[in-house]
Amino acid sequence: MGKTIFEKIWDKHVVKSIEGGPSVLYIDRHFIHEVTSPQAFNGLEHRGLPVFRPRQVVATADHNVPTIDQHLPIREEHSRKQVDHLISNCARTGIELYGLGHPYQGIVHVIGPELGVTQPGMTIVCGDSHTSTHGAFGTMAFGIGTSEVEMVLATQCLMQSKPKLMRISVDGKLNPGVVSKDIILHIIALISASGGTGYFVEYAGEAIRSLSMEARMTICNMSIEMGARGGLIAPDETTFAYLKGRTFAPSGADWDRSLAYWRTLSTDEDAVFDREIRINAADIEPMVTYGTNPGMGIGVSGMIPSSHALPESEKNSFRKSIDYMGLKEGQLIKGQPVDYVFIGSCTNSRIEDLRMVAEFVKGKKKADNVEVWIVPGSKQVEKQAREEGIDKVFEAAGFQLRQPGCSACLGMNEDKIPAGKYCISTSNRNFEGRQGPRARTLLASPLTAALAAVTGKVGDIREHLN
Amino acid sequence: MNKSIHKVLSTIVPVRHENIDTDQIIPARFLKATNKDGFGKNLFRDWRYHNDDEAQPKTDFVLNHPIWKGRILVAGKNFGCGSSREHAAWAIKHHGFDVVVSSFFADIFKNNALNNFLLPVQVSDKFLDLLFTLTHSDPSLEVLVDLEQQLISIPSTGDSEAFEINNYKKTCLLNGYDDIDYLLSMRPEIEAYEKQ
Repeated sequence: MGKTIFEKIWDKHVVKSIEGGPSVLYIDRHFIHEVTSPQAFNGLEHRGLPVFRPRQVVATADHNVPTIDQHLPIREEHSRKQVDHLISNCARTGIELYGLGHPYQGIVHVIGPELGVTQPGMTIVCGDSHTSTHGAFGTMAFGIGTSEVEMVLATQCLMQSKPKLMRISVDGKLNPGVVSKDIILHIIALISASGGTGYFVEYAGEAIRSLSMEARMTICNMSIEMGARGGLIAPDETTFAYLKGRTFAPSGADWDRSLAYWRTLSTDEDAVFDREIRINAADIEPMVTYGTNPGMGIGVSGMIPSSHALPESEKNSFRKSIDYMGLKEGQLIKGQPVDYVFIGSCTNSRIEDLRMVAEFVKGKKKADNVEVWIVPGSKQVEKQAREEGIDKVFEAAGFQLRQPGCSACLGMNEDKIPAGKYCISTSNRNFEGRQGPRARTLLASPLTAALAAVTGKVGDIREHLN
Repeated sequence: MNKSIHKVLSTIVPVRHENIDTDQIIPARFLKATNKDGFGKNLFRDWRYHNDDEAQPKTDFVLNHPIWKGRILVAGKNFGCGSSREHAAWAIKHHGFDVVVSSFFADIFKNNALNNFLLPVQVSDKFLDLLFTLTHSDPSLEVLVDLEQQLISIPSTGDSEAFEINNYKKTCLLNGYDDIDYLLSMRPEIEAYEKQ
């Protein structure tokens, strides 16, 4: 029987299988950041252990950092302390850190790919659930907890049980105005916020193949939002072209050798998945979420569903969610006013996202009632945006172009949405309080968010395309 | 922190909601610590207090009500979804729970719980519903979780259900071993793997 890409990568990385238990899995690359690593370093110190393979670890500061005046010391004491801990831990153990002020600094899942650290066939982990992003390159990438960060720092290995495998194929072509964020929100709405639990997903089909690398990252990024351990896409010419010439990508004879291996990373015709889902790309609309988990999404022309049809056990949670959002069952989502627009996060903060927004916004102004924050994913994205004059477009529109970090995706820094306010956000989670205590989040694509920025409400981007 | 689990006999604390994400268990603004202490008091912080103020507890939330206490937390399906923050498992454990029961756990949370000697017990929807129903009519209801036997039971009614756990993790929990001890013992194999 043939193998899936996942199985090919898994088999190559098993150091040992334990009878009736997990496998010892070798990890090629380990990304760390300031929030989920300090206790792991403490643990190592407590056990008197060094970092086993510091050159396979890459660090950055992203979760906590301010997005204005990054050249000044961090004002918030606890955030500053955490970032200082990362600096001293990395210096002491020989780990490369792209911290504040470094030209490579940025959101960990943005910088890994843009620097060419992320490469097909690798195993990649990080103490962050959106590590699934790196799967866009045909890697086995997944989020881990801090105890596991400690394990990888100590041994470059993890104990893992093999997940079940699911393939989601998106066939045909996307309609105008529908982008990769809509595909993944559509998938999660279809199979629910827990529909992928226990699985590792492979995304396939014409609509996926036709996406750029950055658009593929958006899809893989949100695999965790349906509970999946991770998600990946077979590497192809698009992947190789993206990687060629990147800072840490192989070059010369190494490139040729790597390329030959990468070309073997496709799922064999006769490989078998535990679950297969097929979706017609033409059925996907621009999506918006209305509730407090990413599975609570609808096409922008749709109505918020009624709780009547739900099983008794789910009614309570559903109603609590709609109440929290201040919305009503049966309400059209189109026309819902918003107060804030956040364009950023490891889901949608790359240069193509910013270009997409700028192209739509050029010559337009933001609505009076909204505040618009654009937070680029990395210093390199920020630099590129300035070189292309995108910063000028945003400035003219009344948008704030900030400095790189996770920002209002999780509100660990000062970038919080005030209580009761609505934010249309290109991030990945609409959980209660995610963007600030009692903040209300509507997840959408950069295009749909850009439209809301200029109209002040949720709208259908398809009515605004030339 | 208990570094092994065998049997837990306790009353239960029911949180009857589905899809409880780790942002609810411990909001991001409390993740700024550099050690593992003090998360218990912020468990379910925003469900527990009005206006983020400990002087204004929400009286209808279970953790604020004296009749609900015990070492077993019981919650709706897809518990622990979202962020990988292990702080969620630390907060639950530090608050005094040794077991979490749900009909479905998110993968990363389950691993984090196991790595902190917090036992995730997955039961059927039917058994979960029974637990909620019985405890609501009698909050003094006791539940027994027996790891050795892989059995959760209600002594007063005789209801019980078996639960799954892989043998490796079971041995770890029963004996207080952690994965790092095991992985460190694998160092020669790991170095051999690197050379191939």
